Amino acid sequence: MCGIAGLIHRGKSSNVGSELQQMLQALKHRGPDSTGYALYAENDGKNFIMRFKVGENVGEGSTSVNEDASVYDERKKLVDQMLKELGANIVKDEKLTPYSYRYEMQFDKDLMEFSKKIESINGVEILSIGKSLELIKDLGDAAAVSERYGLGDVKGTHAIGHARMATESGVDIKSAHPFWGYPFSDVSVVHNGQLTNYWNNRRVLENKGMRFMSECDSELIAVYLAEKMRNGATLEEGMKDSLTGLDGVFTYFVATKDSLGMAKDTMAAKPLVLYESDDLVAMGSEEIAIRSILPQEIDTYDPFDGEVKVWRI
Amino acid sequence: MANLKTSEKKTKAQSMGLHTEVLTGKTQQKFFNPDEAENFYYWGTYDVDFNKRTDLDVKDLDCKEANRKIDDLMSQGYGTIVIKNPQGKHSLGVGILNKLNLIFEGSLGYFGVGSIDGPTVRINGRVGWSCAENMMAGKVVIEKNAGSCFGAAIRGGDLICKGSVGARTGIDQKGGTIIIGGDAGAFTGFMMQRGRIVILGDVGINLGDSMYDGTIYVGGKIGSFGSDAVESPMTKSDMDWLKRKLKVAEIGENFDISKMTKVVAGKKLWNYDALEPTEKKGAI
Repeated sequence: MCGIAGLIHRGKSSNVGSELQQMLQALKHRGPDSTGYALYAENDGKNFIMRFKVGENVGEGSTSVNEDASVYDERKKLVDQMLKELGANIVKDEKLTPYSYRYEMQFDKDLMEFSKKIESINGVEILSIGKSLELIKDLGDAAAVSERYGLGDVKGTHAIGHARMATESGVDIKSAHPFWGYPFSDVSVVHNGQLTNYWNNRRVLENKGMRFMSECDSELIAVYLAEKMRNGATLEEGMKDSLTGLDGVFTYFVATKDSLGMAKDTMAAKPLVLYESDDLVAMGSEEIAIRSILPQEIDTYDPFDGEVKVWRI
Repeated sequence: MANLKTSEKKTKAQSMGLHTEVLTGKTQQKFFNPDEAENFYYWGTYDVDFNKRTDLDVKDLDCKEANRKIDDLMSQGYGTIVIKNPQGKHSLGVGILNKLNLIFEGSLGYFGVGSIDGPTVRINGRVGWSCAENMMAGKVVIEKNAGSCFGAAIRGGDLICKGSVGARTGIDQKGGTIIIGGDAGAFTGFMMQRGRIVILGDVGINLGDSMYDGTIYVGGKIGSFGSDAVESPMTKSDMDWLKRKLKVAEIGENFDISKMTKVVAGKKLWNYDALEPTEKKGAI
């Protein structure tokens, strides 16, 4: 069934890493397989942050094929070599787990071509590229993933996250949410529901040059919106189109460097509870997610069927 | 399936007017004696005093512990229980088959006060999905908004939300009354079979889709009618009933009832005409 949560502070930064962890931990019963964070952090905005993986987490519960860890180092070397060839200047590199990395880099060319080249290396997947987006996803619950990647102290303006119950694809990082809105920097998506016209849409979008990294139906939303924006639509326009372009049941969140949006399908089949004030918007699949950061009595509501909303920082 | 026949000698249940037929299936013969007193009361219900009042803080309790505490308090004779800090927890106040004044000082999560039969509940907050699902009797008043599937499959009682509600309100409703002070989402009254839904505000698409029977009254705009839902003229008895109900519900005091739209089943979807009278009774 999956649980999704998101929050946006308007006009100020906050400890979004810790806040989103509490919200997602409250939704653990909706999805214990993997947890993902898209945090819009207080970075200086000068360099691109690229998070990528060179292999899968093959720990308990994973459906991934076990690989010799030595291939991870080989792939990392190939990525470094490719970055050099592409003219990217690595400012800082961090190894977060045996299979995932965070690079700060300077780059001023086309991100789509850049991403295609990097992902042409076998086993390498870019999780995100952005100037404020820090996209982290791995197996385990919110607390475990937060501890593994040190997310407790991340400050920022907004964030979305996902607690996944794997139903349509494997228990692995590539199928975990959030999905990056390739090839746009700082765009991420989380989804609760099932899309029934996934393969039709996927074939059409692939023919238009868009890329899919998993067989998870939710990835379609990120690619669908990215393709709309590539053709000049605003985020809100793309989201409104998705209400008819995507078939099935869904509630999804999408975030950009300065905004956070939600869309609910026309059947209103998937839950969402929303709290909105002048300085904070918080939302989640269940009210307990919001209550985990706002224990006092507050007014909340369910958005109606076919509703699209976007908030800016 | 149990056979139905008319009994010559009246049992206690029949003399009380509970039913007129005798069930003669093997299970009924073996396990159910209609004259035994305990069959007229729910097992585990208590004599409570409404003037005996207490508070229960559920901040650090999970739903099972909280529901057990409510049961304990009823067993001690408390007839008015105020629940503090519900904080959106799921499944609070479910399965209460007792007369009771239950007051929640805050919001509930999913499946709040489900499968109740008898209590009067006031929730000074919001409720999540499937509030009061399968309610048999009693009265539930929600001061703020409600999530989807509000009053799913209720069979009796009054369920009142002063704010707005989500999609599929009154889905599979089999009796009772649902009153909404604000707006309602898509598929309101989906597959409802009996009972009444009153919405003072607007309602979303597919209102009353595939309804078998029952009545829906809408005060505002209707997104669209669902399959086989049709408009019907308002009668004087409709207006008298609405006036009385809204007064009891303490809602819509100055609302102009005469402008409401009445929606009923067109009875074209289900092969009603081909049914024998007894089958027709069973179908609804």
